[in-house]
Amino acid sequence: MTAFATTLPDFTAELPSRDGDRIIQYREALREAMSEEMRRDPRMFLMGEEVAQYNGAYKISQGMLEEFGPKRIIDAPISENGFAGLAVGAAMYGLRPIIEFMSWSFSLVAADQILNNVPKMLYMSGGQWGCPIVFRGNDGAGGQLGSTHSWCVEGLYANVPGMKIAIPSNPYDAKGLLKTALRELDPVFFLESERMLGDKAHVPAEEYYIPFGQARLCREGDSCTLVSFGRPVNFCIEAADDLLKEGIAVDVLDMRTIRPLDIDSIIRSVQKTGRIVVVDQSWPFAGVASEVVTQVCERCFDWLDHPPVRVNTADVPAPYAKNLEYDYLPNKDRILAAVRGITGKV
Amino acid sequence: MSVAPAAPHNQSPRTASGPSMVPQERASDSVPPATLLRWLRDMFLIREFENRCGQSYQQAKIGGFCHLYTGQEAAAVGTINSLQPDDPIITAYRDHGHALARGMDPRACMAEMYGKAAGCAKGKGGSMHMFDKPNWMFGGHGIVGAQTPVGLGLAFAARYEWEVMGKAVDGGPAKKKVALAYLGDGALNQGALHEAMNLGGLWDIPCIWVVENNGYSMGTSIERGTTMAHDLRKKADAYGIRGEIIDGFDVINLYDNFKPLVDWCRDNQKPAFVDLKTYRYLGHSMSDPQKYRTKEEVEQFKGKDSIDRYASVLMNERKGPDGGPILNEQMMMDMQAEVKETVRAAIEFAENSAVPDASELYTDVLLNPMPNMSPSGEYRIGAKNPLL
Repeated sequence: MTAFATTLPDFTAELPSRDGDRIIQYREALREAMSEEMRRDPRMFLMGEEVAQYNGAYKISQGMLEEFGPKRIIDAPISENGFAGLAVGAAMYGLRPIIEFMSWSFSLVAADQILNNVPKMLYMSGGQWGCPIVFRGNDGAGGQLGSTHSWCVEGLYANVPGMKIAIPSNPYDAKGLLKTALRELDPVFFLESERMLGDKAHVPAEEYYIPFGQARLCREGDSCTLVSFGRPVNFCIEAADDLLKEGIAVDVLDMRTIRPLDIDSIIRSVQKTGRIVVVDQSWPFAGVASEVVTQVCERCFDWLDHPPVRVNTADVPAPYAKNLEYDYLPNKDRILAAVRGITGKV
Repeated sequence: MSVAPAAPHNQSPRTASGPSMVPQERASDSVPPATLLRWLRDMFLIREFENRCGQSYQQAKIGGFCHLYTGQEAAAVGTINSLQPDDPIITAYRDHGHALARGMDPRACMAEMYGKAAGCAKGKGGSMHMFDKPNWMFGGHGIVGAQTPVGLGLAFAARYEWEVMGKAVDGGPAKKKVALAYLGDGALNQGALHEAMNLGGLWDIPCIWVVENNGYSMGTSIERGTTMAHDLRKKADAYGIRGEIIDGFDVINLYDNFKPLVDWCRDNQKPAFVDLKTYRYLGHSMSDPQKYRTKEEVEQFKGKDSIDRYASVLMNERKGPDGGPILNEQMMMDMQAEVKETVRAAIEFAENSAVPDASELYTDVLLNPMPNMSPSGEYRIGAKNPLL
């Protein structure tokens, strides 16, 4: 009699190349990660609104009902608090739930389960029961969805100890990070983006796992450190390419996970550049960018040649009008202005 | 009088889903005398444990909130003994009675009250968080109603074992189980319960929600808090779930009605909902002046005390194999003395136990700690839980 057990992946293996011609969408990368791990582990099931018969509200789980059947790909009614709570009990019992929130905006109605129970169970039971659940879904402004449907929860949820938060910015990382999340012993909040689900890139056929807590250096330069996570990483890369034409070379760090936060890579970069701009699609007050800036000031204040700069979502509810929403979110123009300002090359 | 009178225990169920509950034989008829005596002993244990908790709380040796179970002993003992030992249970914050009835070492329970490292949650949980993995007790939980969907998840997982995996998560054979999710009558009005019951009814998940209806959510009587308080089974009707009203003062009657329900839920893999009529003798917590009810009402319920009544049944009505009563005065005095000594020893153990080491502040946050998780310290794997 062998108990089912979760084994951490071997992170010593070198990650496969990001270059190649197996071009798939971000959503397909997510689906591959889930399907591969579900084939490996019968304790794993996917539950959420429209994940089965509808094939996923955003087609992430397309075809999974066919492969795994209705007992493992489970359509839940609109009861986020109910099915998040179900996942807590199932995970404590020994299963490995994957819970899809159609949008992280809807996770707020499940706040009691995901903030009071999930991250605290291990502690308040004195180490007897953890909640190894992967909660995943769309985070951030989907495009003119208005104030209640555009939540970037990273600022809110990163405040709570007891879970890990991953936020991939591209298909390759989406697959590699989700694979790791599904092999984690701890709860993982996995923040995707409706606006990136159709993004395409090479995703290797071979199996790979991206370790949490290791930022990726996407662009290299010594003028400034640009730190971001999730969708705005792509704006940072675009901005960096523009800036290079102006003779400003910047480091762009994609954090990939918020908890753990690879502050060591940030500090190494700041020690080279002396300047930091943090781009964060959640609100500025007490948010992730604030935390990054604080830790930089605590750990390498003397290396700074300029006060740190934050590029956040505007500190207002999300607007509907297209032009207002553009101004509300971090975008390439705002990043360019911030870097030009901090490097004195306005 | 705030608690609606219990329905006669031979009343047929109203919901369409279940067969008649009228048992041909009483379930308790086949319970061996030794087991019946253990139930009484466990009820004495809970009563004594709670009395001593109250004293220690007054002496400021126990902190935080402290919700005592005194008066409700038959509810935990009767329901838990209707289960298999590996059927999962979960409850709210008035949880010492369930922990003890499930078999938690009273020393671990008391040490947790005292915030000591030898407590069931290593001193990190307190009165409201009695967790006991070896005894399948998935916790006391502090937020009203929050445990009700978690209990559903326990039952979901148990069903998933036999239905999907074909074996248990520990690798052993899968079997049909039932999960109990206890709640107070205050939780009747939380959305979490209604979402959980809808999902349970929708998916045939073998969870039994047991409302320990003591008539008050803190100081709000049930009639002031919920609709259809005179017949809570109507709430179950709305979700297609079998509902029962059971007198929770009489442990034999409780078992006679609850055990067949558990068996039915197990065999058919269906959920159920029980309005278990009970009463707490003490305040909601230790700081409750009880202005919302009369002394007369409390005395009236004490007059039909579940322990007194059950002891009398065992002395006068229930006969052993030799035709004589299975309990006599001397046996009861011995039993009470043993219980007193057990709880005294638990207090002594708790008082003499070490507080958690300061290094335990940063343990049990994560099972897979890694660098850079927190700006305030490094998480670590902690000391082994003394229960495990």
